[in-house]
Amino acid sequence: MANQANGEVLLEISGIHKRFGGLHALSDVALSINKGEIYGLIGPNGAGKTTLFNVLTGLYQPDEGKFTFKGIDLFRKKPNVVVESGIARTFQNIRLFHNMTALENVMVGRHVRTRANVLGAVFRDPKTRAEEAGIHERAQSLLDYVGIRKHGGEFAKNLSYGDQRRLEIARALATDPQLLALDEPAAGMNPKETDDLKKLMEKIRNDGVTILLIEHDVKLMMGLCDRIAVLDYGKKIAEGVPEEVKNNPRVIEAYLGASPD
Amino acid sequence: MLANIKQSKPAAYAGMAIFAVVLAVLPFVMGATLGNTWVRNLDLAMLYIMLALGLNIVVGYAGLLDLGYIAFYAVGAYVYALLNSPHLVPMLSGTGFEWLLHMPLLVVLPLAALLAGIFGVLLGSPTLKLRGDYLAIVTLGFGEIVRLFMNNLDRPINITNGPQGVNLIEPVSLFGHKFSQAITVFGIEFRSVHLYYYLFLALALLIIVVSIRLQSSRIGRAWVAIREDEIAAQAMGINTRNVKLLAFAMGASFGGVSGAMFASFQGFVSPESFILMESIVVLAMVVLGGMGHIPGVILGAILLFLTPEVLRDVVNPLQDKLIGERLVNPENLRMLLFGIALIFVMLVRPEGLWPSKQRKAEFHEDDDLKVKDAEKEAAHG
Repeated sequence: MANQANGEVLLEISGIHKRFGGLHALSDVALSINKGEIYGLIGPNGAGKTTLFNVLTGLYQPDEGKFTFKGIDLFRKKPNVVVESGIARTFQNIRLFHNMTALENVMVGRHVRTRANVLGAVFRDPKTRAEEAGIHERAQSLLDYVGIRKHGGEFAKNLSYGDQRRLEIARALATDPQLLALDEPAAGMNPKETDDLKKLMEKIRNDGVTILLIEHDVKLMMGLCDRIAVLDYGKKIAEGVPEEVKNNPRVIEAYLGASPD
Repeated sequence: MLANIKQSKPAAYAGMAIFAVVLAVLPFVMGATLGNTWVRNLDLAMLYIMLALGLNIVVGYAGLLDLGYIAFYAVGAYVYALLNSPHLVPMLSGTGFEWLLHMPLLVVLPLAALLAGIFGVLLGSPTLKLRGDYLAIVTLGFGEIVRLFMNNLDRPINITNGPQGVNLIEPVSLFGHKFSQAITVFGIEFRSVHLYYYLFLALALLIIVVSIRLQSSRIGRAWVAIREDEIAAQAMGINTRNVKLLAFAMGASFGGVSGAMFASFQGFVSPESFILMESIVVLAMVVLGGMGHIPGVILGAILLFLTPEVLRDVVNPLQDKLIGERLVNPENLRMLLFGIALIFVMLVRPEGLWPSKQRKAEFHEDDDLKVKDAEKEAAHG
């Protein structure tokens, strides 16, 4: 994939620290994601990838640092504010609303872009009805977009594993994000499913959504990402295009251990 | 609740019409066959239906286990009682606030709902970070605190009249007619209990409609999302704090309406009516009937309210006839049956007697997994 990034910075963090008691989970992390790129985040287990993810999506409050998105300050903001400003996410261990249908899951994603309040819900005025119809239509088309429209009426928990991953992506897309953060979306998938997922991610990016991706599948990352950052022990040890990162001695050391000589 | 009957439209309308007629003549049939106590019981059952539907919003939809729900019933009851009885007259006379007393029903009811809703938010806000058992314990405490306030706010200034309660509460008066007096329309005599029945029925229907509409709205989906997975709900941009408080407020306001009606119906309120046991009974109605499912909750309310009344009517005559003396107190039997019923339901139908499709699925997750595993094996093998 050609680098479609136009150089405009979408998300920027610097000097991010996050401590859990004595554990320094993130230490002075800085990165910037450009509009339109697929930005990969890799690192050994426990490197702090998911912690960084949780910081970027507002689930964790960082201790120090700067965090701006589209120039808006998002440092220590609540998750709903982060989503509202245009960052949506999926979870490493799928977190769907299991006893809601696939369609309803995506409809929940529209919550942040809709306004109906209790009065609207009770009186069902034309505005609310139109909004509700819009939610329904959008949710249907998103199910279609990720390729699981025919499962719309099924409970989320009854979908196959790959479809659950897709549903999570559809639900995240329902919030109209400019940045979609995917936490190990290919985990547990077979090669065919991984390939389909790769195509889906490329489609999403081509439709103008920037993607931040954590993934263990290095082959997938190398073929998909425009730029990659590597975390180890809560520190960023490398950043660059896949080719650079792959040959970076510090990255090789982090993954394979130091060479004897 | 009638909407999901899968029939042709005319059949559905016919069904609804029959149902409406049954509801309309029910008090007269009951009065003629079982006596007027039963019409009274019917009225009280309506109040419990409203209560259970209110708690259903908090427990059934949003998944917040509230053991102090009866406090909002108390707030509604006391609001109505204080504003419609002579109790506050000496205190308010000459202060320029006399207009507060004897307001029309259409003002008092929304006021009771509003105040109960405000209490819902007040008592809900400290519990926002709590879940499950912890939430239950804290709400239980809040429920008791409200009752203790009612019990002790007779000094230094006598507001609630303490344990003696508030007496001489005026009955509802609508369109210039006092509900304490019978009225004759088309040669049919509508007594006080009948008038209350129709009023409570109308309010219960209103609450049912509001519940249904909330459930299938953006708000209702947000509640269920929080119940299903609070973190994921947050990550979808739901302001969980506000949405939870809204659930507390809506549930409480239903309780407030029911409480106000209770006060006018009884003519007397005291803190004794709002003990913990009442909270537990209402919760049992919701759980037994089917959490989050409106018809189920209504069924639960009717069953749990009417069982003790039936026992009272049946057990004593039966004992007299069979053994000639009264060995068992129906009141005690009620608790025994309650316990057995709850254990039975939890073992056999944990999703409740009449659950929603959703809840049923939830409680039979294992079965689904088994089916899924079997399917997987079939696919691979």
